[in-house]
Amino acid sequence: MHQLLEEIFGSELIAIIIASSLPLIFITVLVIFAVLLERKVAGHMQDRLGPMRVGYHGILQTIADFFKLIQKEDIVADTTDKRFFNLAPVLVFAGSYAAYAALPFSSAYIGSRIDLGLFYIVAISSLVVAGILMAGWSSNNKYSLLGAMRSAAQIVSYEIPTVLVILSMVMISANFTVDGKGTLSLMEISEIQTSSFWNWFVLGGAGFSLSKFLLLPFTMAAFLIFLISSLAEVNRTPFDMPEAESELVAGYHTEYSGMKFAMFFLAEYANMFAVSAIAAAIFFGGYQSPIGYLGNSLGIEWLVPIEQFFWFSVKGVFFVFVQMWLRWTLPRVRVDQLMTICWKYLIPYAFVNLTIIGIISLI
Amino acid sequence: MKQYLLNTWEALSTIFIGMKITFGHLFVPAVTIQYPDVRVRLPERVRNRLYVNMDDCIGCLQCARACPVDCIDIETVKSLPTEDLGKTSNGKKKALWVTKFDIDIAKCCYCQLCVFPCPTECIYMTDVYEFSEFGRNDLVYKFATLTNEEAKEKAAQYDVFMEEKERQKAEAAKAKAEAAEKAKKEKENEENKEDNKDK
Ligand code: SF4
Ligand code: SF4
Repeated sequence: MHQLLEEIFGSELIAIIIASSLPLIFITVLVIFAVLLERKVAGHMQDRLGPMRVGYHGILQTIADFFKLIQKEDIVADTTDKRFFNLAPVLVFAGSYAAYAALPFSSAYIGSRIDLGLFYIVAISSLVVAGILMAGWSSNNKYSLLGAMRSAAQIVSYEIPTVLVILSMVMISANFTVDGKGTLSLMEISEIQTSSFWNWFVLGGAGFSLSKFLLLPFTMAAFLIFLISSLAEVNRTPFDMPEAESELVAGYHTEYSGMKFAMFFLAEYANMFAVSAIAAAIFFGGYQSPIGYLGNSLGIEWLVPIEQFFWFSVKGVFFVFVQMWLRWTLPRVRVDQLMTICWKYLIPYAFVNLTIIGIISLI
Repeated sequence: MKQYLLNTWEALSTIFIGMKITFGHLFVPAVTIQYPDVRVRLPERVRNRLYVNMDDCIGCLQCARACPVDCIDIETVKSLPTEDLGKTSNGKKKALWVTKFDIDIAKCCYCQLCVFPCPTECIYMTDVYEFSEFGRNDLVYKFATLTNEEAKEKAAQYDVFMEEKERQKAEAAKAKAEAAEKAKKEKENEENKEDNKDK
């Protein structure tokens, strides 16, 4: 992709700028689609219709909302800490956008081919916590601060089971790499799960060996743990206490309006897709097609990356849908329940899971 | 330990049950009614906006008297004997010009008490319920068919008629009085004559 862009524009700099802004375009389109999806899913799950007025069945609703948000006045309350107040949304969005650098959209496009992809994503997404805390603190509003505190506590706690699960999946990948060392690069992890859904890590990894069938229940459990803790990490229901509308009047972004609010919004949906994409990459083969490629069978080589991109988006959007589905199914948990779920249930399970997967991978 | 595993199992299984239910509801037809395009059929005898059929109104003020919140304001002027106002659809003769018939629908409590006493059944509830306005004064509905000028004219006409009548009455009285005087004088004269004759 880089080379292609370099050939077209004849300059490395332009190629890099374009390549790095591609995910931004993707995020924008995705958010416009996902917000509509959310409202439609919410509506139909409650036997309503959702937006119906703008365009056929309301398909242009989010575009109209986007223009509305742009026109909104940017209100900054008098007692806010202006510098941090203005910096926070940028930081939150930057944090979630940075995670896209290591997401393999297809075999031809990945922002950065670093070996420590997963580690990088886990590390960089902590920036979001800083941004949220900053937003809550500088708003100078007790509800915002409460939301931000909850958010920090929640994200930091749930990082642990997430990382433990990621670790166990990296251990599984060691069974399949050439040098037997495992890999942290999402690209390589996706490559391992190629050719058919049978090879997906959620089904225990590639091949037909005994270890695959032994691993199968534990990889499934790992997936569940990852799903739950990733929900908490992106502040989605049932773990949406940081922005609980009904008790904290939207939490840390209460004081924000206009484009700054839109940036939080954008970051939230970008985050949702990011964790969904990670789930897809480490459990469901990432950009790999579950049934083989049309491009390969027709002998059209350039079609393959496009198909891969398609599968990547479909898997990602599917998990985004699952998050919405959960949102309209479950009520919000209490703060103590949240901590119980994490420290008393998820972390022990993740630990046991990690140990068992490690032992099975060894023998 | 057993409790711990049971808790886990319960949490997961109930989540899946809930997810099954919500997923099922994705395919349940929506109960939404697309309001301005599609409307619910109103039941018979709903009470909404009042309407007065002025062709039938005889200006008897029954409705205004029945109204508990006094939101009907009627003024009438008697017609001249020479004018024929026609009859109502159920055969009552109209004798009054209704110069003002205002219903302040903002005050109306839709109790329908004004509907029943009407002798000609010309005030009734319709099924119109969308009549919001920006100004409160726009909610005062004027049903009188006469324009302001006409109403004034009728009132003036009636006043003129009454004056005329007064005058006529006065004249008649005067004439009567004169006649009486005359008669009296004549009588006196006659009496005088007779007196003279007698003398
Ligand atoms: S419905 Fe009731 S309140 Fe309304 S005008 Fe008639 S009598 Fe008055
Ligand atoms: S009761 Fe009927 S006829 Fe009498 S004034 Fe009211 S509307 Fe007219």
